[in-house]
Amino acid sequence: MINVTLRMAWRNLWRHGRRTWLTIGAMIFSNTLLVFSMSLQFGSYDMMIDNTLQAFSGHIQLQHPRYLDDPKMRYALPGAVATAQRLRDEIGLSSISARAAGFALVSSNDRSYGLQIIGVDADHEPLVSTLPGLVRQGRYLAPAASAEIVIGSVLARNLKVDIGDELTFLGSGYDDSFAAGLVRIVGIFESGFPELDRYMAQINLGYFQDIFAMQGHGHAIVIRARHIEDVDRLNQRISNLESVGDDVAIRDWDALQPGLKQAIQADMTSAWFMYLVLIVLVAFSVLNTQLMSVLERTREFGTMMALGLKPSRLSRLVLLETGLMAGVGLIMGIVAGALITWYFSEAGFSYPGMEEMAVKFNLPDRMYPAISAISLTLGPGVVALGSLLAAIYPATRLYLLLPIEAMRAA
Amino acid sequence: MTVFKLYFATLLTLSWRNLWRNHRRTLIMLGAISIGVWAMIFMTALMRGMVDDMLDQGIRNLPGQIQIQHPEFLDDPSVVNNIPEPQGELLAALNQPGLKRWATRIKVPAVIASERESRGVTLLGVEPDAEPDITGIPARVIEGRFLQSNQDDGIVIDAKLAERLETRLGKRVVLMSQDPENNISERGFRIVGIYRTRLPGVEQFDVYAAKDTLQELLRIEGRVSQIVLVDDDYREIENLYQRIRQAAPAGSEVKAWYEIDTYLASMINMMDGFVLVWVIIIFLALSFGLANTLVMSVFERVREIGLIQALGMRPGLIVSQILLESLLLLLIGLVIGNLLAYITVKPLESGLDISVVAEGMAMMGASSMLYPNLTLHDMVLANTVVIILGVLTSILPAWRAARLDPVRALNTI
Repeated sequence: MINVTLRMAWRNLWRHGRRTWLTIGAMIFSNTLLVFSMSLQFGSYDMMIDNTLQAFSGHIQLQHPRYLDDPKMRYALPGAVATAQRLRDEIGLSSISARAAGFALVSSNDRSYGLQIIGVDADHEPLVSTLPGLVRQGRYLAPAASAEIVIGSVLARNLKVDIGDELTFLGSGYDDSFAAGLVRIVGIFESGFPELDRYMAQINLGYFQDIFAMQGHGHAIVIRARHIEDVDRLNQRISNLESVGDDVAIRDWDALQPGLKQAIQADMTSAWFMYLVLIVLVAFSVLNTQLMSVLERTREFGTMMALGLKPSRLSRLVLLETGLMAGVGLIMGIVAGALITWYFSEAGFSYPGMEEMAVKFNLPDRMYPAISAISLTLGPGVVALGSLLAAIYPATRLYLLLPIEAMRAA
Repeated sequence: MTVFKLYFATLLTLSWRNLWRNHRRTLIMLGAISIGVWAMIFMTALMRGMVDDMLDQGIRNLPGQIQIQHPEFLDDPSVVNNIPEPQGELLAALNQPGLKRWATRIKVPAVIASERESRGVTLLGVEPDAEPDITGIPARVIEGRFLQSNQDDGIVIDAKLAERLETRLGKRVVLMSQDPENNISERGFRIVGIYRTRLPGVEQFDVYAAKDTLQELLRIEGRVSQIVLVDDDYREIENLYQRIRQAAPAGSEVKAWYEIDTYLASMINMMDGFVLVWVIIIFLALSFGLANTLVMSVFERVREIGLIQALGMRPGLIVSQILLESLLLLLIGLVIGNLLAYITVKPLESGLDISVVAEGMAMMGASSMLYPNLTLHDMVLANTVVIILGVLTSILPAWRAARLDPVRALNTI
């Protein structure tokens, strides 16, 4: 039985080959576009998240509960280095590193700038942040060495200093004491992030703790997950650990970089509006085609009903025809979309103005769309669903058909 | 001429009636065209509004549409890279009628220290009278007042910065910077005003002081960091830019906003590109349905077309009739679509609150209110694309109809 209906539906479709192809064409066009732009979109989000988080902030940070809103020296994390070591052991993840941060007036012979000095654990910092790898001149901090500093490239230019030059810094310590140090520049990094290159300097955590009288405290334990998808699970595990008490707040990347997720959300919203319009237009196309094909077959359907076919069977036939069209559109759309996406994922994709945008959002200046199961199937799936929904109206019209009148229809 | 008119009137009637012979199909197609056109214009107006806002904010942050400064200043914003206050030819050029506003500014890195905390900030020496047009900060003062004269000895700081420094209105803070001879210059200032930018919650590091006061503190009497110019429309500054360029003295550099912030400049082009791509994509999605409708309507009328051909209607007129049918369909769809867009955008023009994603918008340089901007240019573009491409899409079905062999067509069932 099913076979008969299926064969009938298939043949009905090709009674008007051109019309069917035009309808399927609309689906293929939309599906191809959806596959490509979703791949591009997800690809760029992933890159944006990775590049931004890996540069400095990491995926998760443990902080004093008040530090996020009010990053003051006194909201410190006691025994940060020991806690970081315990976390590394308990979770079995080595990309965990302790940091401290303070404000200081940094002076060279010619210039002075007020900036943020970060105390880092030079052994583990390269595992949580890409910054140590971005040292373009000189080298990164040697573990436990004191009186060494690495600074951003713009800052180096503004201070008019080079590798080997000395800098003095003045600030106030954890206990409000006077903190001063004389350090030698061992490395200059160039991250491409204007804020980091202009305002960041790093010294060893132990040295930082001495100078700023931190009494062994730090300000953050930075954790970099293997993948962004692991963050929630990792978050859960950390909050279950006994060594992490209630006096420690666990901040994931969403809290650390609220702009990032919201920029993505804003972009998603506008993208979804555009996709929705495309899908609605395809649905209209299907509605038109199927309604026409039902109307022109009024006599034929009347005869079939007179022969004993139930309206439900006929409306199933119409839905099946739509389903077949949607299926062909889906498969061809996915194939075409995948081919185009694959081409650009090899060759890279760029458009005018993209370079400036890339700098602003920490993206490389060519984008490489990421083909995934979701980007391949989500758009075309919704298009197929929308087509089936559009066919409901023509299909239900069949229930109103009266066989005698239908057979007399022109 | 009259013959042509007669032909045209007949053709128009024929096309119009043909359109409504199958009213369901026509209505569905009209629905699709209207939604498509609405989406084209609505989305464009939203994006246009966002980009305008980004540009406006961006230029206010620079600040100014044109800046005159020491050639090294942009790269190294230090007090050493200063220029003399405008005089002679430049002053004359600046004072020519037609320029909305110009002002001199001092901009140096500094450290601000309260009793408890200190921060690195950008210390700005401004002419308070000009600030409303240049940065608009005076309108954002929420406590106290903005600076009142070039000699005012108070400072105005950001609300979040005040919170971080654990200080408040009326308190004294110390500002520390360097003079051109590398001597530390510092003095106490009373906070006379607190401002909040359009992006509350994000700390702003700009500290506003009066120009003369800073010149004295930094020992740079008669010299400034920048001269900034603001005109009415940031898109039309070319003449002004050339004039100022001619007049600027040696040892200074004139730059327009689009040279200073290439991201902002690229936004305009990118936006134009986006509008065109979006309009064409929507049109393509529509074109399948349009072609389908015409193909069907010709198919249903094969006999009829054969008959009127046999009666002597020339192929050219048949093509015209079908093109006219498609044109009518497109025009009605466009009218509805444009109206829909107009009535949906107008109520939103007072501002669409998108503060849920405020910080994300801030990353892009836009604020948390979206003011859609329905421009004539974009509407004309959308309508033109739809009509031209729409007629092009209809040519094939129309041409096929005209090429029917009357004898065969008449014998088709």
